Amino acid sequence: MAMSRDEIYQKVQGVLVDALGVDEEEVVPTATLRGDLGAESIDFLDIAFRLEKAFGIKIPRGEMFPEDVFTNPAFVVAGRITSEGMAELKKRMPHMDFTQLDTDPDINKMQFTVDTVVNYIENKLKA
Amino acid sequence: MRWIWIDKFTEFRSRVSATAVKNVSLAEEHLHDLYPDFPIMPHSLIIEGMAQTAGILVGEASNFGEKVILAKIGRATFHRLSRAGDTLEFHAKIDQFSEQGASASGTVTCGGQLVAEIELMFSHIDQNLAGLEFPEHNFVFTEQFTELLKTYRTGRSVAL
Repeated sequence: MAMSRDEIYQKVQGVLVDALGVDEEEVVPTATLRGDLGAESIDFLDIAFRLEKAFGIKIPRGEMFPEDVFTNPAFVVAGRITSEGMAELKKRMPHMDFTQLDTDPDINKMQFTVDTVVNYIENKLKA
Repeated sequence: MRWIWIDKFTEFRSRVSATAVKNVSLAEEHLHDLYPDFPIMPHSLIIEGMAQTAGILVGEASNFGEKVILAKIGRATFHRLSRAGDTLEFHAKIDQFSEQGASASGTVTCGGQLVAEIELMFSHIDQNLAGLEFPEHNFVFTEQFTELLKTYRTGRSVAL
């Protein structure tokens, strides 16, 4: 039987508590991984490894967090995501909410939230 | 000089697990540096011993083609102190491995008693840290490290 969003959320919460050493109460849907939960770059690999184990899935490099987009000079110019970059991100990240970035494509404002991770897992399990 | 915190490998299963031993001796200066008149091996150096055991295991998995660095200590729980005369055994296994890095976990034991449980993350730095460039030669796995593995393999191939 397919997992409910709530069940996915609970597991994601456990993964983030273990990977980031934060309290369960801090892991709310809108919490940002870097800003609110203090994730650093290596934590994203740790999170991916733990999600693979928890959900029995394979997460190819760049699928959940497409970091290559941010280092591509065609997609990011002077700290701002270009229209090409936005199109690429939207294509590759159906799990991301782009509402804020659509009005202000500042790369520093692109934040992965707990919900982004839950959305990704939900899509992945449906596929 | 680079510090090596394991003396030799006693088991090495490529890409799977490894065990290394470390004999703790009063002759080592670090034992006397932490607490006066109470010589123990610092926990941080026990973690380093596990990182070297697991790090060589992870490095060998890509035939030492990647520069493997310790990127994160996920957990380190200590159950007892380590004192002079102890022979520590570092039991490491690879939990997950990808082109970007690996996670490993293991236990440290002494005479069958649990000393510590440790979880580590390693990064293949050329695959991460975008924008930064590192020297081409593999400065992580120096001869001192690869020699440990060579000694283990040579020892196994020589009939006693």
